[in-house]
Amino acid sequence: MSGVRVLVGTRKGAFVLTSDGKRERWDVSGPHFGGWEIYHLKGSPADPNRLYASQSTSWFGQMIQRSNDGGKTWETVGNKFVYDGVPGTHLWYDGTPRPWEFARVWHLEPSLTEPDTVYAGVQDAALFRSTDGGHTWQELPGLRGHPSAPSWQPGAGGLCLHTILLDPSHPGRIFIAISAAGVFRTDDAGKTWRPMNRGLRSEQIPDPSAEVGHCVHRIAMHRSRPSVLFMQKHWDVMRSDDAGESWREISGNLPTDFGFPIDVHAHEPDTIYVVPIKSDSEHYLPDGKLRVYRSRTGGHEWEALTKGLPQRDCYVNVLRDAMAVDSLDPCGVYFGTTGGQVYVSADAGDNWAAIVRDLPSVVSVEVQTLR
Amino acid sequence: MIRVVLPAHLRTLAHVDGEVKLHVEGQTTQRSVLDALEACYPMLRGTIRDHVTHARRPFVRFFACEQDLSHEPADAPLPDAVATGAEPLLVVGAMAGG
Repeated sequence: MSGVRVLVGTRKGAFVLTSDGKRERWDVSGPHFGGWEIYHLKGSPADPNRLYASQSTSWFGQMIQRSNDGGKTWETVGNKFVYDGVPGTHLWYDGTPRPWEFARVWHLEPSLTEPDTVYAGVQDAALFRSTDGGHTWQELPGLRGHPSAPSWQPGAGGLCLHTILLDPSHPGRIFIAISAAGVFRTDDAGKTWRPMNRGLRSEQIPDPSAEVGHCVHRIAMHRSRPSVLFMQKHWDVMRSDDAGESWREISGNLPTDFGFPIDVHAHEPDTIYVVPIKSDSEHYLPDGKLRVYRSRTGGHEWEALTKGLPQRDCYVNVLRDAMAVDSLDPCGVYFGTTGGQVYVSADAGDNWAAIVRDLPSVVSVEVQTLR
Repeated sequence: MIRVVLPAHLRTLAHVDGEVKLHVEGQTTQRSVLDALEACYPMLRGTIRDHVTHARRPFVRFFACEQDLSHEPADAPLPDAVATGAEPLLVVGAMAGG
């Protein structure tokens, strides 16, 4: 009997939503860690009962929680994130140097093969790894040691490393994205990194086509074709067919190409999803309509998906980590809003329904397909 | 025994109800009390003071005997009433919305 487990991080706790393969009736558990911000939860591909959660508040800092039973019970593991060596400085919003300072974990990416190995993308931007199930964390310092690091500057949410993609076909290859530095790739498991931003153009920086400095909001890949990447940038939806070496714009007929999440259909590597947002100064939906846009051609040609979604007076946002897909057939697509709704489409986006409507503001959504 | 009152979130994290009672070796100071607290409840490490520098987190305050002790040196003796257990040391999350 197949089913799905949806892991929802919100501003005031975590929720676990479960259903069978029909994805019509849902059980809701939570709030877990009530009152704490849960930036992200994710399950291990190697052991679906192993979950990791990033829990934080401005008052008491960062915690990492781990579950070994699919979210029924949790244990506090390690929260000591210490930068390697002397941290140095990056640029602050006003362009002056500012020492690196740990704030929180934005994203947890469990290893594809080892349940005890998990990567953490943090603010101020750095990549950490644990190989003991989250008890201890070590920085992979090669990234922050890149010569461009002193020039990195924060996006509105902070200088955050928010995306970690592990390449299933090339051991040691990892893509990460930082707001507002851009995409970096390692081919040697994190020892050395190269910027991967050729083809990006950002009018908000002095040199719009600079090697580093782009506010990349999210990147996504299909695991069957990891050299093809899709990107939602601050403005512009982009595509790379050469593992990030170069990018080209695929915004096409989108009503606006500003947005946060982007994801790929589980079985169709050229079917992708975005949620256009009005602008960088108005972080809400255009025209009061909640529309997911789908391209079945790998970009350029987009169709609005609206059935079951509010088409008037809707002014929520969908954050960068708040969209996910399951691997059932047909593919399920999920997203959460800053208004506290979590929507599901059990038919690849044609029809939508709310699983829950009144959670705290949703920060992240991940899905596990259980077989 | 030293009595410590934790804020609600940290009581939840440490799985305790009500006050925490600690045995503190030597002089009773902020540092010795927090050392003892973190030894008994390792999950609280990093939540009240920084892991490495031991600097108090910005949104955390220390009160006792109707005094704000937040800016006292970490090695300064705490009031006798705290050292004798007559009064608790209050670890307080700063008032803020959100």
